[in-house]
Amino acid sequence: MLNIKNLQARIGENQILNGIDLKVNAGEVHAIMGPNGSGKSTLASVLAGREDYEVTGGKIDFLGKDLLELSPEDRAREGIFMAFQYPVEIPGVSTINFMKTALNQIRTYRGQQALDAVSFLQLMKEKMKLVEIDQSLLNRSLNEGFSGGEKKRNEIFQMAMLEPKLAILDETDSGLDIDALRIVANGVNKLRNKNNATIVVTHYQRLLDYIVPDYVHVLYKGKIVKSGTKELALELEAKGYDWIKNEIAVA
Amino acid sequence: MSKSNQVLEEITSKEYEHGWTVNLETDEAPKGLNEDIVRFISAKKNEPEWLLDWRLKAFRQWQKMTEPKWPNVTYPAINYQDIIYYSAPKQKVKPNSLNEVDPELIKTFEKLGISLTEQKRLTGVAVDAVIDSVSVATTFKEKLSELGIIFCSFSEAVKEHPELVKKYLGSVVPIGDNYFAALNSAVFSDGSFCYIPKGVRCPMELSTYFRINAANTGQFERTLIVADEGSYVSYLEGCTAPMRDENQLHAAVVELYTMKGAEIKYSTVQNWYPGDKNGKGGIYNFVTKRGLCAGDHSKISWTQVETGSAITWKYPSCILKGDYSVGEFYSVAVTNNYQQADTGTKMIHIGKNTRSRIVSKGISAGKSQNSYRGQVHVMKRATNARNHSQCDSLLMGDQCGAHTFPYIDVENNSARIEHEATTSKIGEDQIFYCLQRGIDEEAAVALIVNGYAKEVLNQLPMEFAVEAQKLLALTLEGSVG
Repeated sequence: MLNIKNLQARIGENQILNGIDLKVNAGEVHAIMGPNGSGKSTLASVLAGREDYEVTGGKIDFLGKDLLELSPEDRAREGIFMAFQYPVEIPGVSTINFMKTALNQIRTYRGQQALDAVSFLQLMKEKMKLVEIDQSLLNRSLNEGFSGGEKKRNEIFQMAMLEPKLAILDETDSGLDIDALRIVANGVNKLRNKNNATIVVTHYQRLLDYIVPDYVHVLYKGKIVKSGTKELALELEAKGYDWIKNEIAVA
Repeated sequence: MSKSNQVLEEITSKEYEHGWTVNLETDEAPKGLNEDIVRFISAKKNEPEWLLDWRLKAFRQWQKMTEPKWPNVTYPAINYQDIIYYSAPKQKVKPNSLNEVDPELIKTFEKLGISLTEQKRLTGVAVDAVIDSVSVATTFKEKLSELGIIFCSFSEAVKEHPELVKKYLGSVVPIGDNYFAALNSAVFSDGSFCYIPKGVRCPMELSTYFRINAANTGQFERTLIVADEGSYVSYLEGCTAPMRDENQLHAAVVELYTMKGAEIKYSTVQNWYPGDKNGKGGIYNFVTKRGLCAGDHSKISWTQVETGSAITWKYPSCILKGDYSVGEFYSVAVTNNYQQADTGTKMIHIGKNTRSRIVSKGISAGKSQNSYRGQVHVMKRATNARNHSQCDSLLMGDQCGAHTFPYIDVENNSARIEHEATTSKIGEDQIFYCLQRGIDEEAAVALIVNGYAKEVLNQLPMEFAVEAQKLLALTLEGSVG
């Protein structure tokens, strides 16, 4: 599904990604871990197409398309979804209205008809149940005055609505208490299937207790320095990131 | 050039939609202003002596006044002798019904999306259409008259209902109120008049549509709405003008008068030609709008969506004279390119237990300047007056300006006044968030701006709200720097 080759990127003068290789197949969950400043969020942003980052080298193939050639909105329409670490507030625009606009723009791009009000409502009700979110939240201005947990739950609701092929969860666990974390993870797990893939970007192992990854990659100084299975995450938790840093220093 | 700048460039160079002109034969006064011109206008309209005297009094007063310099706008001096003060589309006979109206005129309004044919009742809006200086048609007149509602052009009102006009004309905005109101009083050519009798709830929206067509003319219309005891009316006003390189002056006066328990809701979607993207041309919109809540428990509510004009200078105000009277002002003012707006309201609390509410949303883009100027004045005997003001500014790009000038004057200790103000920018983050959900940049800006202005747009009658939303999006699409 996703094939990243030797990806390099910088912001301003700072080179952040120094040659990332990563392959993600349909049905897989990959966790990207690493200490602060290792480039985790940059990788997520580059995949989503944020303009502040300049790609200086490498290639990204997404379902046979050159991802780097696509605008951010077209990437979304092709099936890339990012759950934001800090979801943005849009006053006066309800989640419902926001999702209706998004879904219909995506459908138009794919040559499908816009959903009528009834079908949209039906879809929404179904997804609300799936991610355990209350409609009162969806009627409110998007993310305005939401608690940390509400924001993240709302992100997962949007993900459920848009049914992406590749979901990128950027530090979705940050600012969540254990109950919220469980609800969010449950939602993500319910949305997993053999046709889609998930990249979980996280600093802590904690989230991976709930969203169990097939692969774990450790990012350090803009490179993937170690890959493994979910046991790697546990090892990291036990030994800390200094373990990786030392290993690299020795090599 | 970044992508968003490109979009900005493309969209803001979008042409003004209503910039066309039609060739209408017109009957014009010679350029310039003096007593003879005032007499000329009055004679053209076969006015009674008292109205001519009223005009002349206003003219003499105007001559002694000077143009106000306090608004936060700049423009080259206006040469008042270089303006045509009267221009009317020539009609061979005065039309008695729509069938007799020049088809060219009807077409003009149809091009604007305003239907003057009553068959299209679906819209449920009665229209008084004013082109250049003259009202050309009023719809649904008969149906309204069954309820005793008078809705007609100002000139007609002078002839048919002189006692009402004489009683209320200038009762809210006196002739010497300000420079432009005095000018208007001297040379006003037409406008709309509306009277809602006691206890009648007007069953449809009444509306006036203003269109400037002729070149070098000023438009000086006058609207007077009187709501008798316990009555209600919702009134809409729309306007457009052709694209011309020279600036054109629009100095209107609107007077609202509510008696005991009456309510007037007045909505404006102002879309005068704003000038081109280099700031050339456009309408100077210098307008005096004021409502008097004369009776107890009466209410006046102003809603305005200001997107057009090179310069907007207006403060729809409420004088809350009756006890328990209520004044409201909801405004969205958008400026782009080189537009300038200095707009806001005045709430004058005179009666006891009077309440007022101000919601102002300014949106500035391009190199424009957008100012909110508002006054809340609580007079000595206005016990328990309440006011809540909320003034928000939204900036797009880094070359525009937003300014807020609130004036609060309280002479009674029991008053409770609240003022909130915020300034925000459409963030790259907000745009990116939308893009990531598959929403393109144009739709994203429209979504964000409409969300920001929602509180005001919600006050508009349904069909106007939709038009206003589109207009906002059109004025601003892609204006993110």
